[in-house]
Amino acid sequence: MKIRLLDIAHARSGDKGDTANVGVIALDPRWYEVLARHLTVESVERHFSGMLTGRVQRFELPNLMALNFLLHGALDGGGTLSLKTDAQGKVYSTALLRMVIDVPDSDAAAAGLPREAEAP
Amino acid sequence: MKQTVRVAGGQGFWGDSLDAPRAQVEGGQVDYLMLDYLAEVTMSILQKQKERDPSMGYARDFIGAMDSVLTAVTERGVRVIANAGGVNPPSCAAAVRELATSRGVRDKLRIAVVTGDDLLGRLDELIDSGHPLANMETGEPLSAIRDRVLSANAYIGSAPIVDGLARGANVVITGRSTDTALTMAPLRHEFGWGATDWNLLAAGIVAGHIIECGAQCSGGNCLHDWRNIPDLANVGYPIAEASPDGSFVITKHPGTGGIVSVPSVTEQLVYEMGDPQEYITPDVIADFTTIRLAQEGPNRVRVHGIEGRPATDKLKVSIAYKSGFKAVGTLVYAWPDALEKAQVADRILRQRLDRLGLEFDQILTEFVGVSATHGRLSGENGGISTRLGEENSGLPTAVGNGNYEAPEVQLRIGVRGNNRGAIERFSREIAPLVLNGPPSVTGFAGGRPKVEEIVAYWPALVDKTVVTTSVEIAE
Repeated sequence: MKIRLLDIAHARSGDKGDTANVGVIALDPRWYEVLARHLTVESVERHFSGMLTGRVQRFELPNLMALNFLLHGALDGGGTLSLKTDAQGKVYSTALLRMVIDVPDSDAAAAGLPREAEAP
Repeated sequence: MKQTVRVAGGQGFWGDSLDAPRAQVEGGQVDYLMLDYLAEVTMSILQKQKERDPSMGYARDFIGAMDSVLTAVTERGVRVIANAGGVNPPSCAAAVRELATSRGVRDKLRIAVVTGDDLLGRLDELIDSGHPLANMETGEPLSAIRDRVLSANAYIGSAPIVDGLARGANVVITGRSTDTALTMAPLRHEFGWGATDWNLLAAGIVAGHIIECGAQCSGGNCLHDWRNIPDLANVGYPIAEASPDGSFVITKHPGTGGIVSVPSVTEQLVYEMGDPQEYITPDVIADFTTIRLAQEGPNRVRVHGIEGRPATDKLKVSIAYKSGFKAVGTLVYAWPDALEKAQVADRILRQRLDRLGLEFDQILTEFVGVSATHGRLSGENGGISTRLGEENSGLPTAVGNGNYEAPEVQLRIGVRGNNRGAIERFSREIAPLVLNGPPSVTGFAGGRPKVEEIVAYWPALVDKTVVTTSVEIAE
């Protein structure tokens, strides 16, 4: 079953230099495991491919039902150097929530994922 | 010892709500008002102001904020802690004294001024004595940009603020204190936490992290169920209600808007987070994977279980340096064919810049309304047809079925480089497009793009032993 992250998570992003961070938080405690399994360094790098000049780092915060990603080289130099509208990475949060993950139906049912997730 | 200390966050950055500080001291009982004015870029702005006028270089908003809370401070014992001093804490304190004099309460303010974070005058001495101040991101030594440095400040911890409070100050003004120390220091002072009580110090840091961005933990900029966050027009700024054991409750004053919930607090916890197990501050390393949150009641989130580890022997240094110039210009193209017109205008502009022989380190074009924020993730052309009636790829789109025709598109084009003249010339090339480029163009009322000198940021580390802070009390 294809699920758009926006339907199972919320997020906030910020910056440190040329790195954006995105914290992704499960909307339901049961969905954290799904996020942890499907949001890997590889899948997030693929999602943002062509948009970052550096690598992706991933950290787990099961206590907050959250994952934290560092997107290096995401901000066109960052801070005052960047010419981007989003020079401080404020909306990388929802850019990540555009991601669509493919969850086996049995896992989706077990985690109680929303069945009628909006087709992306 | 008090069993509960209430620290109110009244400012999340320089430019935040002018009314929040007063609302925080008048909406209910609080012991401390914490005002955070400094972001990375703020220091460089303040430094530029100090260059123009040596008596400036601090957050001027703070003087208005002090005026608005003066009665609470002088008559109800609320104590104010602010990093409003920027690159000039003594001048900031002088301005507060002047304010107090003009309000007839000069004798009721005891102002502590924390200095020692400013390393600008010591850079050569530091480099010569074996402190390379290498860029934490690139590893380059500071000598590479030494002649362009504008400001250099070490992020200092809670100790000098605690000292100021212990000496009876009711206003503590710092320069580049860490944002979190402003909240942790009064807890240390009130509860007697020691310099090696790692878990307690870490708890104070987490409390500081949650309230340092003002309403961003109490419903502001909150994505979770955003439509149902009540009355943001009257949003309540956060209060940390702390206990001696390091647990605390995040809340806000009754009758205010916004929301304090586990999701709203969690969003703020992950904001600007690096490695969550290594939240490094001058006082302690906090482990964010130990934080426990629980909704204790309406608009009350209990935070507990926090663990910390010994601090490192380094301080982070925030260095600002001149790094060329930039300018950003915009034009708005209207239906029909709005995106295509903006694209054509971009090509024309670039041809003209080429013909003029202008060289830039970078030219960046964005189409606002199409792809400026999420790039290719918003679909090819943001799911917008470039031409009337043309089928496009049908990729995901927020606005419809892929045949949506944008009512308007903003062309936003920026350039950056070391040659000021080239940037100036660029800024003259936008306006002519209104008359000599593609049609249906508007939105140029703001005039020519402003050429800005770029003050860039150089993060570095320095041994703690070389930074000595001091606290002066001005009666």
